[in-house]
Amino acid sequence: MTMDAQRSYVRRALTEPEPPPTASSGAFGLIQQRLFDGVLNSTLTIISLVIIAAIAWPTVKFLLIDAVWQGSSRVDCLPETVKREVGACWPFIAAKFRQFMYGFYPQDQQWRVNLTYALGVILLVPLLIPRIPGKGLNAVLFFGVFPVVGFFLLVGDVLGLEHVETAVWGGFLVTLVISFTGIVGSLPLGILLALGRRSDLPIVRTLCVVFIELWRGVPLITVLFFATYMLPLFLPGDWRIDGLLRVLIGVVLFAAAYMAEVVRGGLQAIPRGQYEAAMALGLGYWRTTGFIILPQALKIVIPGIVNSFISLFKDTTLVLIVAIFDLLGQLRAAFADPNWATPVTLFTGFAFAGMIYFLVSFGMSRYALFTERRLDTGRPN
Amino acid sequence: MASDLQPPPTPPRVALYNNPKVRALFYQLVLLAAVLWFGYEFALNAKVNLEAQKIASGFDFLDNTAGFGINQSLIAYSETDTYGRVFLVGLLNTLLVAGIGIVLATILGFVIGIARLSPNWLLARIAGGYVELIRNLPLLFQILFWYLAVLGTLPGPRQSLSIFGEIFVNNRGIFVPRPIFGAGAEYVLAAFLIAILGSIGLRIWASRRQNRTGERFPLLWTALAMIIGAPLIVLLALGVPIGFEHPQLRGFNFVGGVRLLPEFAGLLIALTTYTAAFIAEVVRAGVLAVSRGQTEAALALGLRRGLTLRLVVVPQALRVIVPPLTNQYLNLTKNSSLAVAVGYPDLFAVFAGTTLHQTGQAVEIIAITMAVYLVISLITSALMNWYNARIRVAER
Repeated sequence: MTMDAQRSYVRRALTEPEPPPTASSGAFGLIQQRLFDGVLNSTLTIISLVIIAAIAWPTVKFLLIDAVWQGSSRVDCLPETVKREVGACWPFIAAKFRQFMYGFYPQDQQWRVNLTYALGVILLVPLLIPRIPGKGLNAVLFFGVFPVVGFFLLVGDVLGLEHVETAVWGGFLVTLVISFTGIVGSLPLGILLALGRRSDLPIVRTLCVVFIELWRGVPLITVLFFATYMLPLFLPGDWRIDGLLRVLIGVVLFAAAYMAEVVRGGLQAIPRGQYEAAMALGLGYWRTTGFIILPQALKIVIPGIVNSFISLFKDTTLVLIVAIFDLLGQLRAAFADPNWATPVTLFTGFAFAGMIYFLVSFGMSRYALFTERRLDTGRPN
Repeated sequence: MASDLQPPPTPPRVALYNNPKVRALFYQLVLLAAVLWFGYEFALNAKVNLEAQKIASGFDFLDNTAGFGINQSLIAYSETDTYGRVFLVGLLNTLLVAGIGIVLATILGFVIGIARLSPNWLLARIAGGYVELIRNLPLLFQILFWYLAVLGTLPGPRQSLSIFGEIFVNNRGIFVPRPIFGAGAEYVLAAFLIAILGSIGLRIWASRRQNRTGERFPLLWTALAMIIGAPLIVLLALGVPIGFEHPQLRGFNFVGGVRLLPEFAGLLIALTTYTAAFIAEVVRAGVLAVSRGQTEAALALGLRRGLTLRLVVVPQALRVIVPPLTNQYLNLTKNSSLAVAVGYPDLFAVFAGTTLHQTGQAVEIIAITMAVYLVISLITSALMNWYNARIRVAER
């Protein structure tokens, strides 16, 4: 009996697992694996740390630590007054804030701009959140009704609102007006051009291809010059066409060509079976397009549309070359003010405008990424 | 039996206006007529308006004297030259900034794109941060930033920043030594060209030999040795006929050397860093597009890491990279027209800017300017289509 008991061995408890090698676990292991895994990697890490130290620290120092927060004129931002190294001169931004936001829009009328912004935000936010229902109505309100309401609110001349010339508009207001008009105007035009480019009718197709490739082949600035200097010549002599409107026409035509290519990408992604099924149901061209093809195609290209909106938003800065003062234009104008001429004014102004441009573009690119992930249901991983 | 079969029904007669072919033709003709009518109206209006404003039309102005100076010109230019010459000077300046910008942006873009893929977490994050920051700021903003804020606030010539005592940076521009070619310098150039031709020949021979015998030839090192070595030997044999004219501070400014205008430098830096961010993304997408299985298969075949990269990953990645890369080159060229914002005399600034304001001939000048950019982009896309057709994978 005892012999048997000794011959077999039954483990009664599991042995303790060995501790993992220190190098691959915990925060320390992770750091070693990712940053100091060999000579090359360690060198790269050290170089990276030097780069970060060389850029991040002076930036923080300039924007926050050395910055001047209170003041009323350039004197407050001079090293002689402050008796230390001077960073960003924030009072400059505070003094010019209205100019940056509204241009020379009359101060007592600026509530109209704010109201337009508020309306836009109220309509835009539910449109961007996929879970909120009623997208159709929302889109009609945002793309159809809002531009009309916004136009009358900003221009005035109705319901006792004072008329405000577009010549006094400026700053971020103009940036937003141009990008918004660009997107709202270019979307329908771009869809038509994309459909035309894929059409079976040779004349329609040729005209659309020529239009698209012409605008895509030239820089936006030539288009703006075309709109500013050439367009008035093409219209009957007694037509007066507003400076901002000219630029808007140029931007819409230019953006439509790019939008057409984005939409074409979506149209090409729709399988033939969809067309054939629609045809089998007896739908004609416009019904097939409107009810079957476009709803699917546009959904696919939402990220592309947002991306072209980002480039449009960035490209609005070009209008300063044709003497329309958008945010960047107002910034440049503010630099010329001798009351605020200090060594740090330029950097302060660029830091402020840069933050606005970055926040808007970056936010939109994150949103494009989000929709892309949401629509991409067939991802392998 | 046969009598039961009905003859096939004749298709119902369709009214002419319901025939799809007739309709298609009709709509197209209407569209064409509308376009032509608009074109005719525009031309008519333009004619009336131009006559009313007493602006000449036609391209005769190209032979008129320009009467304004241009602060950078690659060819001889003076104020008495014609507008045609102005056009040429501007075109060359555009090509100059675009050419240098393309080379620099490619190098920087590849470095950042590869850095973004680096296993080193910190480096990848820095590269990612660079791309995000640059891509989300308008290009014109960046051009003005470099020109006004960075280059504009540099110290004057007397306090210039000096790099190795050879290159001087101040608010008047960047001064670099000018190479002076003495007698015999052309032989050095000839040796260089012959070495390049030799390397191409060597490459053909080496690939033939590899196909025949399977032996590889250390092509890269041999070619490098030839291209660097041959001109160097000629240079030393001739007693170094190339000298440098160094920039010197005289009074309030530098004389001698080559002066890069601050406008040129600002535009170039902004175009390079901006396009590099986009090229970095193109490169990253290209490398990621080569599936891991390719690398694993190559390693399983016994290829070393370096060879795997060179023979398996890079050729496949390039196929994905090249078309969008060409697009970025095109964008850079078109974006160089923003030079007008800082006053660098590129095609757009001197021609659609100054010349347009002097002559008022908007139609002709804008048409010429647009045509130039259009031709550049059409040539580029033609080359790209040719390249795409050449490298297409032969599928089953």
